[in-house]
Amino acid sequence: MGLSHEDVKRLLELLDASKFDELHLESDGTKLTLRRNGAGNKSTTIQLVTTEQANADAPTQIATAKVQPSSNSGGGLVNVRASMLGQFYSAPKPGAAPFVVVGSKVRADTAIAIIEVMKLMNSICAGVDGEVVEIFVRDGELVEFEQVLMSVRPA
Amino acid sequence: MSAHVKSIPSKASLPIRRVLIANRGEIAVRIIRTCNRLGIETVLAASKADLGSMAARLADRTVCIGPARSTESYLKIGTLVQAALGVGAQAIHPGYGFLSERAEFAAACEAAHLIFIGPTAAQIERVGDKLQARLCAVEARVPVVPGGPVKNLADALEQAKKIGYPVLIKAVGGGGGRGLKRADTPAQLESLFDLASAEALAAFGDDRVFVECYVTQGRHVEVQVLGDGERVIHLGDRDCSVQRRFQKLIEEAPAPGLTESMRHDLQSSAVRFSKHIGYRSLGTVEFLVDVQRQAFYFLEMNARIQVEHPVTEAITGLDLVELQITVAQGEKLRLTQTDISTNGHSIECRLNAEDPELDFRPSPGTVTGINFPALHGLRYDTHMEAGAHIPPYYDSMVAKIIAHGASREEARARLLNALDQVRVEGVKTNIALHRAVLAHPEFTEGGMDTGFLGRFLSTATTVGTN
Repeated sequence: MGLSHEDVKRLLELLDASKFDELHLESDGTKLTLRRNGAGNKSTTIQLVTTEQANADAPTQIATAKVQPSSNSGGGLVNVRASMLGQFYSAPKPGAAPFVVVGSKVRADTAIAIIEVMKLMNSICAGVDGEVVEIFVRDGELVEFEQVLMSVRPA
Repeated sequence: MSAHVKSIPSKASLPIRRVLIANRGEIAVRIIRTCNRLGIETVLAASKADLGSMAARLADRTVCIGPARSTESYLKIGTLVQAALGVGAQAIHPGYGFLSERAEFAAACEAAHLIFIGPTAAQIERVGDKLQARLCAVEARVPVVPGGPVKNLADALEQAKKIGYPVLIKAVGGGGGRGLKRADTPAQLESLFDLASAEALAAFGDDRVFVECYVTQGRHVEVQVLGDGERVIHLGDRDCSVQRRFQKLIEEAPAPGLTESMRHDLQSSAVRFSKHIGYRSLGTVEFLVDVQRQAFYFLEMNARIQVEHPVTEAITGLDLVELQITVAQGEKLRLTQTDISTNGHSIECRLNAEDPELDFRPSPGTVTGINFPALHGLRYDTHMEAGAHIPPYYDSMVAKIIAHGASREEARARLLNALDQVRVEGVKTNIALHRAVLAHPEFTEGGMDTGFLGRFLSTATTVGTN
């Protein structure tokens, strides 16, 4: 089971509404820790590591603040990641139809989004042939280096 | 760390509510701590290699800006500015190193309506060019090293004859000790001149060189300044003469053994220089003190927070990062020169993960155990903790150990005592070297010249690792 962006958002809301400061969740090789930052502070830290990563003897790389699922999410899906930090745009220009939607068929060289870095528009390709299963990022959002943008079921 | 910080009353609505920290390591942690105290949110711009670092854990948010290699992350101006805009930060703190003294970075921030926590792009450019900086010093009636720019070999020979040998050939675009050559005779100057220009061109893309008087016995003394664009004050001086290959290793404040008139002249020269360029930020004016001639010369200005700033904080009780942020957001200085007083003496050691037995080669790895004992008068600025990873991509400094005492001797004894107890396991460090240097009679006496450490290392049998 992979946790979707929506799942994590719902969990965050649950924790926020609760009296608890921490939430630990483990399922199918995924471990999620949600923790409030100090008393009375509204910001929340999200740490998500896969069990393989946590067990590796290499120093644990904990991705903070952003959800970073494993390189291959469940069900043979392939994650398409941001090759750079920047502003994510799902369409070639404001108001235009998005490059892809859930269900779109893509080829490795299909443009799926634009990432803007200081007015430079960088076209992002799917990198894999298949079908878009889920899109994790909204138009105009800041995406980080290697953040998962969408998952694709390979053809 | 905040034991005796004279807090400046904070204003209700500061323009900077969220700051992007474009740096890593101990200085990122240092900036986060002050921001926390001031109620400013921090967003750390971290490379992939630093996502598990202490700074990433302490920041309110961390964004991954790129892969480990700094040219693809910490040195990417566009990415950092975009990150600041994307997270809704009003300001960027550049720390030291990386982009902190790159005028293009300050200019890109200005263009994006972000506050660059540092001087203006124009000021960085002015002090970053050695020739321009030297010209500013001359205009501000601040003494400079006898010598100057030369066009060709004939020019260089003539200049050297006027100054007297030995002379130093320096690259205009150089820094950190690179592009320096010493010539003791006209013949040596002849053979080194073309090489120096060629090297300068290859290393800095600028073949201009200058020839200046070589000071046989010199001390590195610097003055901390703070300006708001109109007024400039100084926050005392520091001595950073314990250097290895032009890299500072031990720093202290105040500089020991200066006559009161020389101290006064150094401080007022630094203020004059900064006022002359209308300096607006925290900065350091570096001087070379000629021990034999009892004279001093302007070297350069560092337009950023310095690694060694904690020794000044220890003796002045001020938080320099706070002052830097305050001035950056357009506030005028509330401190006057008479508000600044110093108390006692402070010494700092730079603890590096390096192997003294292998010519100080960096020793990256994972820290398995750590102990920085809480001792009276001691402060540790570090990003190390058990399990911390020291990546091979960046500099090898892992901690700064800062001792403060009523006298220099008390500070030295406290530092030595701390060094006996500090443990950093899993990587090699230069702790043993620090102990040996601090116990050396020449250091105990104070006022060493910049050749001290080189002489010490060439005579020391083995400085064992801990």
